[in-house]
Amino acid sequence: MFDKYIIDPATLRNTGPADAPTGFAFESKLGYYRGLGLSMIEELNVSVDGETLPRDAVRFDEGNGPISLDEMETAFDRRWPFGTPATILVSREGGFPKGAHTLGLVQKLRVSYLPFPSFNTDEKQVDFA
Amino acid sequence: MTSKIKRGVSLYSFQEELFLGRMNVEDCVSFATSIGANGIEILPEQNMPTFPNLSDAQVEEWKAMLARHGAHFTAYDMFLDTKVRKDRLMTDDEQVESIRRDLVLCNRLGIRNMRVLVFVRPDILGACVPYAEELDVHMGVEVHAPWHLEHAWILRTIDEADRLGTKHLGILPDMGIFMKHYPPAFRARFERQGARPEVAQFIVDSHEAKIMAEYTIYEVAVKMGGNKAEVAMAETLRHAPYANPKRIGDYAPYFRHIQAKFYEMNEDCTDPAIAYDEVIPELVKCGWEGTLSSEYEGNRWIQDVMEVDSREQVRRQHAMFERLIAEAEAKYGAMAAA
Repeated sequence: MFDKYIIDPATLRNTGPADAPTGFAFESKLGYYRGLGLSMIEELNVSVDGETLPRDAVRFDEGNGPISLDEMETAFDRRWPFGTPATILVSREGGFPKGAHTLGLVQKLRVSYLPFPSFNTDEKQVDFA
Repeated sequence: MTSKIKRGVSLYSFQEELFLGRMNVEDCVSFATSIGANGIEILPEQNMPTFPNLSDAQVEEWKAMLARHGAHFTAYDMFLDTKVRKDRLMTDDEQVESIRRDLVLCNRLGIRNMRVLVFVRPDILGACVPYAEELDVHMGVEVHAPWHLEHAWILRTIDEADRLGTKHLGILPDMGIFMKHYPPAFRARFERQGARPEVAQFIVDSHEAKIMAEYTIYEVAVKMGGNKAEVAMAETLRHAPYANPKRIGDYAPYFRHIQAKFYEMNEDCTDPAIAYDEVIPELVKCGWEGTLSSEYEGNRWIQDVMEVDSREQVRRQHAMFERLIAEAEAKYGAMAAA
């Protein structure tokens, strides 16, 4: 219902030393009409030019400190509120590639009333300096 | 005759603007009262960022904000995260405790109707009845398409309420169950995604004829060699029932609030899909007392091609409500007096 809004491409930046980045980060909103506990965010698949980065390269921070997807599984006291940006941090040698590239994100949610998982998918073309 | 039917809005209606930060909750309340829709339905998990931990001060801020605009709360939409853990479902006791948490917050906010998700088991709700009675909150199971008023699953909740002899358990109909015509907004989006106009017309005609969804899906997917958009459009028929509005009176004792679902309103303030022109006379005829609470869900069907204007859509729906209520009262109010 909000797929096309879940990546905020203007927030894309490298992390780590400026001359030798160790990863990149961007802001994302949860593509759902309500907030959700972090334990029900099953996957945050980040891709660059269609290539999905490893699950353990991704960390999430809604404001209470970065945690891995494995740690999120039992983070029962943390929530991703509705319409609120959170930071997605990705470990990647060299950071985000310079020039025109595609940043992709798939959020896989465990929504209790649905018989199947819910997927929110977005891709943004970015010209990264 | 003064209407017993009151008008209101669910904040769900403004999800596009709230998500994008173009409106805040007070903007929604202010707009609602500007069109005479003074009843406010909230989704705490959408509208209250600190949910489920609301301080007394936050509760008072909400009440004061509504009072400032001459609005009042009508309903609280609960959720139940039975799958909060990856390894197992919530136990029955955990489910009851989660619902009790919502009943308590609902009561603290001074709200007397709680929308219960349709998948919640009737026996779990039965176990919650003592809390609902103590806190004076009506638990209404959302009758949401493809369920309908006489679906066996819904009848189980009604049976449970009858068995317990309680006034605090019942239903809460979502008007999506009265989809008489296929929504033009659905069709238009599937055509933008590649559905051929003749196949889209076949699906619309099949819905108009009330042909069982599975026949149409097979025709489109197999016999017509339907593409992805066409098959997806045909599959929406599974969730597009037209229940009989004439049965509303039979179930009216079990509901006090209505989610007035809609997908789009015409410029002349008529609904091209949901049969409000048949539903509202039935509500008036049976003397139903409660709130018609707008639930605009059209944003997801048009946001790929145009700016969503939820306010204008809700405004048009309320112009329709005012007209249909007045017409029905002129007809049935006069009959009752005669």
